[in-house]
Amino acid sequence: MSRKVERQTDPEREPILHPAEDYASISREISDIVLQPTSGAWWLGFCLSGLGVLLFIVAAGYLFSAGVGIWGINTTVVWGFDIINYVWWIGIGNAGTLISAMLYLARQPWRTSINRFAEAMTIFAASIAGLFPLLHLGRPYLFYWLAPYPNVMGVWPQFRSPLVWDMFAIGTYIIVSVLFWYTGLIPDLATLRDRARSHAAQLVYGALALGWRGSAAHWKHYEKAYVILAALAVPLVVSVHSVVGYDFSTALMPGWRSTIFAPYFVVGAMFSGFAMVIVITIALRAAFKLHAFVTLRHLDAMAKILLTASLIMGYSYGMEAFMAWYGTDADEWRQTVATATGPYAPAYWGMLFCNVAIPQLCWSARVRRSIPVLLLVAILVNIGMWLERYVIVVNILSHGFIPSQFRLYFPTIWDWATMLGSFALFLWFFFLFVRFVPMVPMHEVRKLAHEMGERS
Amino acid sequence: MNPNPSLLAEFETAEQLLNAIVRTRTAGYRRIEAYAPFAVPGLDEALDLLTPRLTHWMLIFGIFGGVLAFLLQAYLAAVDYPLNAGGRPYFSWPPFTVLTFEFTVLGAAVAGFLGMLALNGLPRHYHPIFDAEGFDRASQDRFFLLLDSDDPEFEPDSTRRFLDSLSPVAVTEVGRGSG
Repeated sequence: MSRKVERQTDPEREPILHPAEDYASISREISDIVLQPTSGAWWLGFCLSGLGVLLFIVAAGYLFSAGVGIWGINTTVVWGFDIINYVWWIGIGNAGTLISAMLYLARQPWRTSINRFAEAMTIFAASIAGLFPLLHLGRPYLFYWLAPYPNVMGVWPQFRSPLVWDMFAIGTYIIVSVLFWYTGLIPDLATLRDRARSHAAQLVYGALALGWRGSAAHWKHYEKAYVILAALAVPLVVSVHSVVGYDFSTALMPGWRSTIFAPYFVVGAMFSGFAMVIVITIALRAAFKLHAFVTLRHLDAMAKILLTASLIMGYSYGMEAFMAWYGTDADEWRQTVATATGPYAPAYWGMLFCNVAIPQLCWSARVRRSIPVLLLVAILVNIGMWLERYVIVVNILSHGFIPSQFRLYFPTIWDWATMLGSFALFLWFFFLFVRFVPMVPMHEVRKLAHEMGERS
Repeated sequence: MNPNPSLLAEFETAEQLLNAIVRTRTAGYRRIEAYAPFAVPGLDEALDLLTPRLTHWMLIFGIFGGVLAFLLQAYLAAVDYPLNAGGRPYFSWPPFTVLTFEFTVLGAAVAGFLGMLALNGLPRHYHPIFDAEGFDRASQDRFFLLLDSDDPEFEPDSTRRFLDSLSPVAVTEVGRGSG
């Protein structure tokens, strides 16, 4: 779309960077957040989330000593909150790198202000997600059996199993996400090195900046590496969440064995991830007064993508039900009816309400630019995506093939403790991130300022 | 090696830096280096930088990772520990493609990251240019042009006069240092 058409269709279009910002003010405002003395509010948040981390450690410690019997899972519903939270977190974890890399390849200038914390979100969420399958192993201390290493038992992992693919996919994904994130961070660490006044900060940021000088050759190699890493990251994300979909769809359980699962999971991941990025963007913008860098235009663009993803989700839900009705498998249709009318019907309808109905509000430009409403939509989408995983995991398992085996699932206090603890762990990581890492990529914003008209 | 210090000119905008590079190259200097706080579009064209081989290395290591992963799976699952899963063939290659893909990406990404650092000569704990007056702004808001004293055209006085004629904010000396 040409700029002229854009202006006609969207006359109130906000700039993506406040016009008063120049190179010096960009460097100063963003690096000062990191280099200034620690605020009281940060300590409060850090300590409160730290308490939650302790809760997580206690819950995991008790699990290690007592076993998975402390959870509400039973012989029918063998996967409970552990796998729901795993899929929920990996969905969020998939989106940050996808958003950052895809928008970079598509040359969307509004990506610049949000990509750093979107990628940080990815690394934290994917790491937390990776903990859940380990916790649910039953004998978590034997997790290394998943790795192919020569052992006295003379056996190797089953390479035809999606659970083995899962471990390698997530491991690869975390490594590549960290490389992508750190590559983009190196020039900003050099800025912090040069702006730091305390010796300790100079030393630490100097070491982390690896001697970056910002020469023309440095930038050339940097840009080359960054664009290819972005191009590698996009299909990688698709593969990771497809494998999560295969965890379910290669099983025989009616309601799982569907070819739609892989694409449906990938879009769901992007959907929940964008919702989480909106929540984080609004929170950071208010907390650190990033109004010059994160404008309503960013929120508007993200809300549009949220809306698009919700339409695809609605199509997937519809297709899932339609194929069950249209197909010849009686169990599939029985499962679909039970999902919509059985004991877990509130979760199913709640999912449809949060994921399909509520995001339709984003058709309105007023909603897309209203921060409180958009925040509410994004939080509801995150809840809806959690409910979706509840429907897929617990609801489907609770009524499989044999009626005598039908059982319900009731989470125990330890299920809740692990889940709340994982939220706290995420927040705790984020508090560390905003304190020690520039949350907006300064060099990219400078380039944006350059492209929008030279300022100095 | 020329014992004279190299000269570093400081500019306020990317435009001035690009103009200065064009004029410096027209004046016959070849050993020049530019520093900027962001990836200035057109900078590598102005300096005629060679296209790096980074992509080749990423491709090679990507293929290496993929081939290694596929052969490993095929050997372990079909030869070393054949496991009958539902009567499927031991060499059931379609399921092996997933890890093949993951390791292709991993190999290429690691090669890209390490290759970028290697081509840039990083990590490096010291460089003489860090001692130059005001160079800390190269990572913040200023643009620098370095004329290396090893350049055959380099002449301490005339080169400084030439750099002054580009109307920079300042011209400073960069010692050879120890590095």
